[in-house]
Formats: sequence, C-alpha cells, structure tokens
Amino acid sequence: MVPESYYLVLSGIMFAVGVVGVVSRRNALIILMSIEIMLNAVNLAFVAAGSYLGDPAGNVFAFMVMTVAAAEAAVGLAIVIAIFRHRETVDVSELKELKF
Amino acid sequence: MDLQSILLSLKAIVPEMILTATGCLVLLYDLLIPEENRGVHAGISAVGVITALFSVLWFGSERIEAFSGMLAQDTFGSFFTVVVLVSLLLTLMLSRSYNDWEGIQKGEFYALLLFSSVGMLVMAKATDMMTIFLGLELLSIPIYVLVGFDRKRLSSVEGALKYFLLGAFATGFLLYGMALLYAATGATSLSGIAAFAGKENVFGNTLFLAGTALLFVGFGFKVSLVPFHMWTPDAYQGAPTPVTAFMSAGPKAAAFAAVIRVLVVAFPESHPFLLKGLWVVAALTMTVGNVSALVQDDVKRMLAYSSIAHAGYVLVGLVSGDRLGGQAAMYYLFVYSLMNIGAFAIVMLLSEGEERGYAIENFRGVGFRYPVLGALMTVFLVSLGGIPPTAGFVGKFYLFSAAVKKGLILLTVIGVLNSAASVYYYLRVVVYMYMLPERAEEVRPRPVGVGVALALFIATVGVIALGIFPKGLLSFAESSILSIFLS
Amino acid sequence: MQEYLPVLLLLAFAVVAATGFMVLSGLTGPKRFERGKEDPFECGMPLFSDARRRVTVKFYLVAILFLLFDLETAFLYPWAVLFRKLGLFGFIEMMVFILILVVGLVYAWKSGALEWQ
Repeated sequence: MVPESYYLVLSGIMFAVGVVGVVSRRNALIILMSIEIMLNAVNLAFVAAGSYLGDPAGNVFAFMVMTVAAAEAAVGLAIVIAIFRHRETVDVSELKELKF
Repeated sequence: MDLQSILLSLKAIVPEMILTATGCLVLLYDLLIPEENRGVHAGISAVGVITALFSVLWFGSERIEAFSGMLAQDTFGSFFTVVVLVSLLLTLMLSRSYNDWEGIQKGEFYALLLFSSVGMLVMAKATDMMTIFLGLELLSIPIYVLVGFDRKRLSSVEGALKYFLLGAFATGFLLYGMALLYAATGATSLSGIAAFAGKENVFGNTLFLAGTALLFVGFGFKVSLVPFHMWTPDAYQGAPTPVTAFMSAGPKAAAFAAVIRVLVVAFPESHPFLLKGLWVVAALTMTVGNVSALVQDDVKRMLAYSSIAHAGYVLVGLVSGDRLGGQAAMYYLFVYSLMNIGAFAIVMLLSEGEERGYAIENFRGVGFRYPVLGALMTVFLVSLGGIPPTAGFVGKFYLFSAAVKKGLILLTVIGVLNSAASVYYYLRVVVYMYMLPERAEEVRPRPVGVGVALALFIATVGVIALGIFPKGLLSFAESSILSIFLS
Repeated sequence: MQEYLPVLLLLAFAVVAATGFMVLSGLTGPKRFERGKEDPFECGMPLFSDARRRVTVKFYLVAILFLLFDLETAFLYPWAVLFRKLGLFGFIEMMVFILILVVGLVYAWKSGALEWQ
C-alpha cells in the first residue's frame, strides 16, 4: 500500500504546478486549466486526508469542490468567449483597456 | 435528523429561502414579459428583500445550530444579514434606472444579485469550512457575471475576466488551506479546529500552519487586502456602477463576517501568531490603498482604491482582536456600505455613460448648478474621509480607540496618518464641485428617478443619523460580537 | 519490493521488444516515400481537411450547459445509493435541488440556448 502522506505530497506538487501555470502563462484558457489543476490538487488532498482519517467529510467536500469548479469553469469560459468576441484574442497581456 | 431539528434548521435560513425563491421567480417571470417592462424586476426583487429583512426581525436571532452544525443563526449572523440586505436594497434602487440608461435591462441582472446575496448570507452564518466555501462561491460566481454584464462594452468584460481569473485563483488557495487544515485536524467545523488547536502544539505542526496561511491568503484576495488587491481597481472600474457599489459593500461585509468568525471561533489560541501577520497586512493595505487613490483622476477608480484602504481600517479592528475591535469593525462595515453606495450613486448620476468615463472634470462647478447633488456628495465624501459629525468619523474613532486600548500605538498612528491623507483626495472632489469654474461643455446629470432618490435619501439619513446617534447600532454590533465570543 | 519484480520484468520485456522491432524494421524494411503515406489514418477514408480548424462557437454553449447539468449526477448518485436510509427528508431535499435545476433548464430552454439556429 502507498501511504496516504504520499498523496498529500503529490497534491502539493499538483498545486504548485497549477500555481506556476497561472502565474507564468498568458493565455486565458491555459490559466483556466491551471486553476482546474489547483482545484484537483485540493480534491486529491481532501480524499487522501478523508481516507487516512476514515472520515467521509473529506469525500463530501471533494464533491462540493467538483461541482463548484464546474460552475466556475462555465462562467469562466463564457467570459473568455465574450473577450474573444471583442478582441479576437485570449491573451491576457493584451488587455489594457483598464489602466491608469 | 428528526423532524424537529429539520424545522429548526429551516427557521435559521428563512431569509436565504425568500431570496432564492424571489430570484427563481424573477428569472422565470422575465421569460413572459416584453422587453420594455423589464424594470419591474427591480420592484419584485425589492419586495423579496424587504420580506427577508422583516423575517429577520420577526424570527429574532436566538442561537440555532442548524443542519448538524453547518450553519448557525445568531445575532452575529443577523447583523451581517441586515448589512447585506440593506446594501442589496439600495443597489436594486440604483440599478433600475442605470440599466435603462445603459441598455442592459434584463431579468438575469436582478436574479444574479439575489443569488449572490444568498451566498453572502450563508457565508455570514457559516460555522463549517464547507459552508464558508459554498457561501463564498455562491457569492462570487454571480458577481463575476455581473461585472461583465454589459458585454458590449470591452472594459466591462475585461474587468470580469481579471476578476474571475484572480478570484478563482484565490479560491484555489482558500480551498487548499481548508484541505490542509482538514488533514491536520481531522475536522471541517470551526469548533473542531479550535478543539484541535487547544489540545496540540500547533506551532510544530507544518500542515496546520501552512493550511492557516493559505486560508488567510484566500480570504485576503476576497476582501482585497494588499498584496492581494491587484484585481480590485480593474474589476471595480469595469463593472456597471451599481454593481461596483454593491461589490464594495455586500461581499466585503460577508467576507469579513467569515474572517471574524474564523478568527474568533477557530483560532482563539493561536491568535498572537496570526495577529502579527494581520498587523502588517493592515498597515500595508491602508497605505497602498490611499497612496494609489491619491493619483487617480477617474472618480470611480479613485473610490475603488479607497475601498482597499477602507478594508485596511476594518482590519485594524480585527487586529485588536477583542470585543471592542470587533464591534467597531462591524459598525464600520455597515456605515461604509451606506456612504460608499451613496457616493457611487452620485458618481453614476454625473457620468455621461460608461464609455465616457467618470473623470473628476465632470464635477467642476456641480456644487452651484445642482446644489442637492453637490451637498449629498459632500456628505458622503466627508464621511468617507472620517470627519465629524458623520458616521464615518464615529466608525474610525471606535476602530482606532479599540486599537489604542490594546496598545497598538504604531498601527493607530499609521491609520490616522492614512486617514488624513485620504481627506486630501476626497476633498479634492469637493474643491472641484465648489471652487473651480464650470467646464465650457456643460455636464447634465442623468434624470433622478424615484428609486435613485430614495436610495440617496436612505444613505444620507443613515450616514448623518448614525454619526449623531451611534449608540443603537453599536449596541447591536456589541451583542452580535458577544454572541460568537460566548458561543 | 518483492511483489514489484514481475512488473519490472514485464516493463523490461516491453521496452526490449518495442525497441527491438523498431530497430529491426528500420534496418531490414524497404523505404519508399509517397504522398499517401504522410497522411494520418482515417479508417481508409480519404483526407478531407486539417483536424486543427476552428469550430463554431455554438459548441461552447452546448458544452457549458452539458457541464452544468451533467454534474448534478455527482449528487444524485450518492443520494440514490442511500435512498432508503435518507428517507423522506432526503427525498424532499433532493426534489428541491432538482426543482431549482429545472428552473435553470426552463430558463435556458425559453431563452433559446438549446436552439441550433
């Protein structure tokens, strides 16, 4: 058996991958995907902790995170489309309308 | 759960149920009526909000542990319910006219406002990390859409994208913090975390410390504390103005409610460690917010930066970490909602459409040509700057005196200096209104409808009355903060 | 580590076999190039366009709606498994949940999000 703490380490690595993706990428869709990786790292941590503690609350929390992530992704995609209709690009560094 | 506890739980969420039902009703009714009648949704929503407000008074606020400890109704929750509902009511009054002017009169707008408010109420009552998370997301997702609601205008959609990306990023941090806290303590409830922190030595527990830090980073993003404030000016400037007014009032109050509850209930023992961090963040937030606001020529953006600074003042109350500080922070959040929505309402009236912006130049000579608008704006700005006899002064006075009593002299000095600096840019607008000659091209304010007039009236009366007679609201805030300290 | 030995053996065999066959066919096979060989396989169908082209934005709307309505299963499934244990309260609660989803569906339907135009 792989001990649960390994899953926590894996989730930490996944979370870091997501954070680096959000910070370093300029394409809005890829940033969105990186955020999803972060949320999946959260799910992994919850499920691993729940199984280690023998407590179902972790799994329930993971379900909640999944559904909310889907709602968030839907809104995010819609906003990205709205941006694309204006600018024909999804590069966030091109967005300079709001600067002083 | 037996029938008795189910009914009791439902009693704790009556305002939420009323708002949800109103939101669904608006959404469905919108499909039936022709486009030009859509303003009626503001009225329907307002009826729902007023009903919800009455339900809070009707059912009282004795403590109910609802849904197996996921939510709790107590005086603290009721206080923030009132703050959110009043902000929502004022926003509804402003949005009806605004949406007509900008050609975005749609039922979804009001439904989203209502759903978002449900999230805020859930967050204010949440006693478990799961409900805090659900409330926060129910709050945020409709607001992302509302910021980008005017989708023909690029700045609106751009603000929405920036807000969405950073908001979702922050959600990731918040959730990972919750996951680590769960892994460390084996509990998702705030009291469970407190029980763990009381038993074990948490300073040696890396998981616990990392979880706490990430949790507060997530909260920091949501209430726009420096250094997590980058999204605020863009989102505030891009959003339709009533939405901006709402964002600076309701969601901020709800997020602070969750922060206060987490601090008081979950971390009573490890307070000194957290308070050091919050001290630094409070000082930074006040300073960066005010300094950035000083150089703005767009009034809407100036108010956005100043809202960051105001979050810093509220945080001073939390750093005090006692009953007085909490009470002052809650009083300030309520008063701030009134004066900020009022200021945004005037800014909205004096603009010639979102595309043209909100340059401070528009305010030239307004004070003489439109004396009522000028006078009201002066009241709101004076209150935001913290000058007596307004409610803003009383709020700041209590915040800083609580900090002094706790011996936070340096933080108080930073706060007072910041407050003095903020007077400069608030009064600059007043100077433009009363002391500079009019522009050649005359600025005509938009026609003031009944809704906008009523909203301005409520906000003005609130700001002045709470400045002269603060006792009632202060004792409500006191009994609220006691209700979580003692539970 | 004892139990991992067969896995390692299998892995080693797979690597050797795969590289061995590639090297062998590279050395011994005939090499004739023509246009048809460069095309990706499409079940024997002649190629009609590049796979990396833009699709209409209407798919996004369908995908978003699918995403939202699909995820309710995440709650329906555990509820169905524990249906008897949750009793009447669980049933009513789930009906409220579905009712709110139906409001969303009616709204999406009536506002024309499901039409393909």
